[in-house]
Amino acid sequence: MTSNAPLIAISDVTKTYRMGEVEVEALRGVSVDVDAGEFLAIMGPSGSGKSTLLNILGCFDRPTSGSYRLAGEDVSALGADALAETRNQTLGFVFQSFNLLARTTALENVELPLVYAGMAPRLRHDRATAALERVGLGERLHHHPSQLSGGQQQRVAIARALVNGPRVVLADEPTGNLDSRASEEMMALLAELAGDGITIVLVTHEADVAARAQRVIVVRDGLIQEDRRGGLAQEAIGAP
Amino acid sequence: MRPGDIVRVALRALLRNKLRSLLTALGIIIGVAAVIAMVAIGEGARARVEQAFSAMGTNVLIVSSGAKTSGGAKAGAGSLPTLTWDDLRAIRADVADVRFAAPRVHTNAQVVAEDKNWSTVVTGTTPEFFDIRNWPARLGAVLSPEEVDAGAKTVVLGQTVAANLFGASSDPIGQSVRIANVPFTVVGVAAAKGQSAGGNDYDDVVYVPVTTFLAKIQGSLQKFIPGTILIEVTSDDVTTAVGDRVAALLRDRHGIAIGDDDDFTIKNLTETASRKQESTEALTLLLASIAAVSLLVGGIGIMNIMLVSVSERTREIGVRMAVGAKRRHVRLQFLAEALALALAGGVIGVALGVAAAGRLAAQFGWPTLIRPEIVAIAVGFSAAVGIGFGLYPAHKASRLDPIQALRYE
Repeated sequence: MTSNAPLIAISDVTKTYRMGEVEVEALRGVSVDVDAGEFLAIMGPSGSGKSTLLNILGCFDRPTSGSYRLAGEDVSALGADALAETRNQTLGFVFQSFNLLARTTALENVELPLVYAGMAPRLRHDRATAALERVGLGERLHHHPSQLSGGQQQRVAIARALVNGPRVVLADEPTGNLDSRASEEMMALLAELAGDGITIVLVTHEADVAARAQRVIVVRDGLIQEDRRGGLAQEAIGAP
Repeated sequence: MRPGDIVRVALRALLRNKLRSLLTALGIIIGVAAVIAMVAIGEGARARVEQAFSAMGTNVLIVSSGAKTSGGAKAGAGSLPTLTWDDLRAIRADVADVRFAAPRVHTNAQVVAEDKNWSTVVTGTTPEFFDIRNWPARLGAVLSPEEVDAGAKTVVLGQTVAANLFGASSDPIGQSVRIANVPFTVVGVAAAKGQSAGGNDYDDVVYVPVTTFLAKIQGSLQKFIPGTILIEVTSDDVTTAVGDRVAALLRDRHGIAIGDDDDFTIKNLTETASRKQESTEALTLLLASIAAVSLLVGGIGIMNIMLVSVSERTREIGVRMAVGAKRRHVRLQFLAEALALALAGGVIGVALGVAAAGRLAAQFGWPTLIRPEIVAIAVGFSAAVGIGFGLYPAHKASRLDPIQALRYE
């Protein structure tokens, strides 16, 4: 891989689901390149195909046709276990509903990706502690999700996404279950990560959330309708 | 994923639902406890039977005289003396694989010491008897060939008789006792032999040379042995063959025509013992198969709860897959849970089974025998049940689609 190749290179990707006799074309030829360190928002109405695009970007699903190169590797034809490994090593996830394990401490939730990476307990304890400190939860290591506020839970989820040193963090409506103040903190945190060189791909239907990104892609009817950079986004982030 | 993590995750999941885990493991607990207790009791009973027969001597044939028939009613074996001293000599000399043969004649008599007396069984025999019965002297010596040849007035006391006449800890060697008003010198006290399966005291007996017995205590016709002949064969597997040879020899010597009944009876102790063994083995097998059914039911319970657990934790599985759990990690996690459940059940079952066997054995006065291999088999079998019935739920969990699993409510 050359240094100026894009981190994410999706070209002419289609995705067709079969629902009984009916074939549904969720994506009908999508091409996107995303560079390392970009802060990208994907918008679109429900049913537009943005979730399908996110599933493919997140290596949860394979495209029906077209190619997907992630960090120089063609991942469009990998098997389930190889995709799991890619999710573990290269990607981090933040979900709308947090998806933390209940009755499990913040620290153990954050350690989870490292458990599947086969890391030694002492080392992963240190790494998870560092990740939680980075999101400002150094005092909450041994709290269970039920003892944390929504904003804190989402920060645990971000620590979990970051802990294995991912190239890309995918966030699916990360502010959907948060109040406006926690949303604001969340967006600031994501912008900070992008500033540190981690590529952020954010799916949202809220224009003001998308406005924080450097680049916005609008998906409609399985196609990219709009791909705009700079302008508003730069202004919103402001100078560090 | 490290093995330690798999175990930790499995144990934590089980401890989160303690009561449910316990109830699920109950089938295995009861099954294993039943196996352990039943087999231990069966083994105890068997050891008891073995003990009883080894006290009588192993590889032993007992030849008795035929039954007297009067008016169509047959009296018991030995009621009509047909065995002769020449028969005994012939058995010793001519039958292959006979190690020892000894006559045994007995009667009840009062044995009188200086100030005490005791009614017991007085047996006349030869030194081979003590070899057949595998019975050494505790004090002094057993009867010698010289004493038999000379018709010496010597006696070997059983432990019970010695204790009653002279006290349990005394040394009566050289003392004099009177049997049927004849003075005998005590030359030995036999080692304690214990009780028979039927409750007879093997030690409540005295032994005198057979020659002296016939001359001084109970006279009889010169030619006949008014009792039985004990034969020890060289090994277990020839017992039946030697029995047949002795029968053929005696039929020939007694001139019995083909088709006529024997005028003697040969009892094969090994056969009797193995028949008893077989019946206890059949019982053990029956109990073990009941226990196996219970283990099977326990396994189905585990499968049921594992399936419930997989559907309850669909979202958790989705999260684990999202952050990098491979299919085999998920499969292993659920298999480890099923295995831990079954193994814990197995171990608790072993503890309960050992305790139950101990109590029952104490009640029946049997020895309990916990054979380590039975414990290993029971625990191994429950582990196999756990894995066997955990496979399908674990497979089901590992095939979940992470996207669907994450959306599962």
